[in-house]
Amino acid sequence: METIVFSLLNGMIYGLLLFMLSSGLTLIFSMMGILNFAHASFYMLGAYFAYTIMGVTNFWLALFLAPVLAGGVGMLVERWGLRRVHVNGHVAELLFTFGLAYLIDEVVRIIWGRNAVNYKVPEALDFTLFTLYGSNYPAYRIFILFVAVFMLVSLWYLLKRTRIGLIIQAALTHPHMVGHLGHNVPLVFMSVFGAGCALAGLAGVIGGNYFITDPAMAVQMGPIVFVVVVVGGLGSLEGAFLAAMLIGILQTSAVSINASFSDIFGFLGLTASSELGRITVAQLAPTLPFLLLVLVLIARPRGLMGEREV
Amino acid sequence: MTLFAKAAMAAFVGLAAHGVAQADVKVAFIDPLSGPFGPSGTGAYTSYVLAFEHLNANGGMNGEKVELTGYDNKVSPKESLVQLQKAIDSGARFIIQGNGSSVAAAIIDAVNKHNERNPGDEVVFLNYAAVTPAFTNEACSFWHFRFDAHADMKMNAITDWLIKRDDIKKVYLIGQDYVFGKAVAEAAVKQLGEKKESVEIVGNELHPLGKVKDFTPYIQKIQASGADAVITGNWGQDMVLLVKAAGDSGLKIPFLTFYGGSLGAVSTLGDAAIGTLYQVSEGITNLEASDAQYALIEEYKERFPEYDYYYHRAFEAVDMLKAASEKAGSNDPVAIAKALEGLTVEGAYGPVTMRASDHQAQQNLYVSTVAKDVKYTVDNTDKGWKLVENGKIDAAAAEEPTTCEMVRP
Amino acid sequence: MTTNMTTLAPSASEKFTQRALPFILFALLLIVIPFIGVSRGTLTLFNHIGINIVFALSYNMLLGRAGLLSFGHAVYLGLGGYFCVHILNWIADADGSGFWGNVPVFSLPIFGFAMGALAGAIIGWPSCRRAGTAFAMISLGVAELMSTAAFMFDSLFGGEMGISGDRMSGPKFFGLSMGPIEQVYYFIAFWTLVGTVAMYAFTRTPLGRLSEATRDNAERVQFIGYDPTRVRYLVFIFAGAFAGMAGGMSAVQDEIFTPDSLSLIPSGAILIATYIGGIRFFAGPIFGAILMTYMGSNLSDYTAGWLLYLGLMFISVVLFVPDGIAGLVFGFWRGIRSPGRYALIGKWITQILGLALVATSVIVVVEVAYRWSDGYGDVFAPFGFDLPHNGALTWVIGTLPLLAGILILRRVKRTESEA
Repeated sequence: METIVFSLLNGMIYGLLLFMLSSGLTLIFSMMGILNFAHASFYMLGAYFAYTIMGVTNFWLALFLAPVLAGGVGMLVERWGLRRVHVNGHVAELLFTFGLAYLIDEVVRIIWGRNAVNYKVPEALDFTLFTLYGSNYPAYRIFILFVAVFMLVSLWYLLKRTRIGLIIQAALTHPHMVGHLGHNVPLVFMSVFGAGCALAGLAGVIGGNYFITDPAMAVQMGPIVFVVVVVGGLGSLEGAFLAAMLIGILQTSAVSINASFSDIFGFLGLTASSELGRITVAQLAPTLPFLLLVLVLIARPRGLMGEREV
Repeated sequence: MTLFAKAAMAAFVGLAAHGVAQADVKVAFIDPLSGPFGPSGTGAYTSYVLAFEHLNANGGMNGEKVELTGYDNKVSPKESLVQLQKAIDSGARFIIQGNGSSVAAAIIDAVNKHNERNPGDEVVFLNYAAVTPAFTNEACSFWHFRFDAHADMKMNAITDWLIKRDDIKKVYLIGQDYVFGKAVAEAAVKQLGEKKESVEIVGNELHPLGKVKDFTPYIQKIQASGADAVITGNWGQDMVLLVKAAGDSGLKIPFLTFYGGSLGAVSTLGDAAIGTLYQVSEGITNLEASDAQYALIEEYKERFPEYDYYYHRAFEAVDMLKAASEKAGSNDPVAIAKALEGLTVEGAYGPVTMRASDHQAQQNLYVSTVAKDVKYTVDNTDKGWKLVENGKIDAAAAEEPTTCEMVRP
Repeated sequence: MTTNMTTLAPSASEKFTQRALPFILFALLLIVIPFIGVSRGTLTLFNHIGINIVFALSYNMLLGRAGLLSFGHAVYLGLGGYFCVHILNWIADADGSGFWGNVPVFSLPIFGFAMGALAGAIIGWPSCRRAGTAFAMISLGVAELMSTAAFMFDSLFGGEMGISGDRMSGPKFFGLSMGPIEQVYYFIAFWTLVGTVAMYAFTRTPLGRLSEATRDNAERVQFIGYDPTRVRYLVFIFAGAFAGMAGGMSAVQDEIFTPDSLSLIPSGAILIATYIGGIRFFAGPIFGAILMTYMGSNLSDYTAGWLLYLGLMFISVVLFVPDGIAGLVFGFWRGIRSPGRYALIGKWITQILGLALVATSVIVVVEVAYRWSDGYGDVFAPFGFDLPHNGALTWVIGTLPLLAGILILRRVKRTESEA
């Protein structure tokens, strides 16, 4: 019982972080057709910016400023980089963001060093909120939960209830039509790209001290974010949300399951001594997202809730 | 083709610049200098830098200066072999490595092959931390020397301490999923079974090496199992994040570790480390020692303020290298390897002998825990390592038999 | 002037200079290299270059020829390589008897080829049904899936430790024991040549032609009665096979394979190498492989920032020279033989000047920054100038040439578009 409760709680937090990262990517991907390989790099930038700002002032300012900075970098990248390669087609754009991810990694290494930085949870949030089944539950995790839900609601409101949201939604499916109606589509693209990067940056601010802030965090997070976007379905924030939660909970709970293949498939004659039988569900955890990705792309290319195929 | 020619020319020029013969002794340090295990590698590298500076200031090896070069291998065996080849090509004849038994196994294999294929160009491998027992047992090699106590020896110290604690009835084993983590788990199961059958092993878990960012699910499993103590061989980031998650979840049971001294573990845990974090090592700074040793510890901290004097065995290894070169009267790797066999030097915390039969250093081991009010603190906190009661294990008691059948050239 | 198909066809001598001569020169160069007294380290570098040439060419069968962007090509090199390392061990165990006892190590790339083809046939079946971004995503998923799953099967992939073998076992071939690096060099050189010629020949086959047609317009290919999915699938199998062959070469050279070799990182590296080399030319990936391998092995000795330079180079190629190094080289070759060469040379000199100015600033900034962030107190001192991070001169050199260079380059570009 306690295992299930903890897995659900922790899985949900991880899932919300994943969603925060992938919501921006989904918007960018569906609107501009760009699979931004460097998206997770903005997550990393968010964490490092927050670390630096927190060193000078405090965490609350960082929570606001770091995403703004990350979004600003994103807008510059869109204006001076992506827009240039756009004429060379989608492959060139993809390659550009791929190179950008390399570059950001290296620049982060120069500025903040090769090893993890000591980005800590702020003292005001560093306490035990409640005790569950004899285990302390840190307040910071609940804080992550709140920030994520707040962001989720604001994003939903912005997209569904405001005029800006209307234009963005229209540009998602019919960019040319929106252009003909007199809207500045390049500006919309730049803003959406910046906003997506800012969301990734926000995920970095609250995820960086929950996990660890090191130059490898982008490389490790990047592929999983792609999985979320593709599994959720293109252009569908609801799908991305569902996929993020699914992957978050799946990965977290798999770790706590001790059963091995021989326990599950024992009826097929798989023995515990064989190599296949020895594999535990916990060991399987890192492969699950990618297994899901390949299966979805083969069986249902439009993803869980997408309207069109990849 | 023009580019090819240019590249080839540049290669020759580059190599010519490298190949300028110097009479110095070249030593290559191949370990992670970046990434999740970067602090472990860098901590050791800085120790060797200081040790070789002292050696050079005191006349070097038979009058020749030692030149140390660091190579970053990212704890990848394949990358290490590329770096090893580069190191050998640039003239290094002594290879130092320690982080990761997977890497050490690849280097032992490669060094064996190199020495067989290139007689006259032999290299010697000085291992300061890869402690899978096999390297000085069934897989032993004449070219390999280990300066750290291996997993069975350290586990002996841990289990001896553990069986005296009557309040510990359930033990949880957690480790990294590779040859070393498996060796630790195997040693724990075997020794606990032999020494005290009433101690129950309630969990035996392996997690991926250097990839876990949040150990909370593992900690919750430990809590759910009702364990009274945890035994782990984790090191580097895997050690720090494991105790971080334990601290966050309020798991206050003894963590019996090989590498609790990994940079950052004490500062992450804060006061929760006192009386819960234990380690077994070849020496800690807060032992009684000579003034020269105290001066060395202080010099190290002054030079590298981010790190602490932790890799005592690095200094021992350099002492032994110097002693062996004097005994052999030459800096030839084969002569030094022969001289190292059976050599004893007087270390700061007791004598160190390189056992001839398997090239495993024999030395005192110390079980320590975190305490306040100590002479030397770590991680720039107010806490440091303190010997536990009866924590000293004499070299003779720590010694383990070997199955090695050494083949000498 | 009458133009018909016969006069457009290349003459026999043109065929020779364009098709056969480069390969003959390449072969001669490969044979000559060991005789000019190179060190073991250089031979190791050449061996890695050879492996990467075959690998990059096989990757370009997908990216350049078939227009398939893959983020998981290292999977096929890795699987081929793993298979060959296992064979090395089987050869050693067989000890001269049975089937494996009679297999010379020299022939390993053939087995790597077969394994790569098999892997390509299995993995390609579901992934080749889609082109474009879907294909790229599937390849990424497969790469991550394989490299994480590899840790679960220790007997096949060896876990963190990987699998190693000994190339000196088995029967000798042409009297090669394969021990010393010189002998391995000949092994690599032989298979590099075989791979290069075979992949060039592939571009001349109907299938090779069709793959380009599918890249350009899949619908039309369908109209003329071919199935684009089938074309992609077949090309994918061949690309996997040649990657597996490179894996076999690597198994003999390095004698070890680890699960990392299946991951995104080597796949990304070969993508960068191929693209920098130039994907629209057959020789492009060769240039890319040489440059990247050289940079990875030797530039990393001189500067900690080599990955940053690589990233900058890659981005600049994507932004400004989509034809890569090969495009530059062949453009230069065509330019100096064209009538307007003097104007062109003038333009090139200005461009090179601009680039050199930009490069000076970038290098100074990067080198100073790396030394500063290392915190060891090193100072960047090219040609005896001390350039500390807080010196005024550093920032003058770090900014002025950059601005001047950009201005020059933009000017050239503007006059170009006006002309």
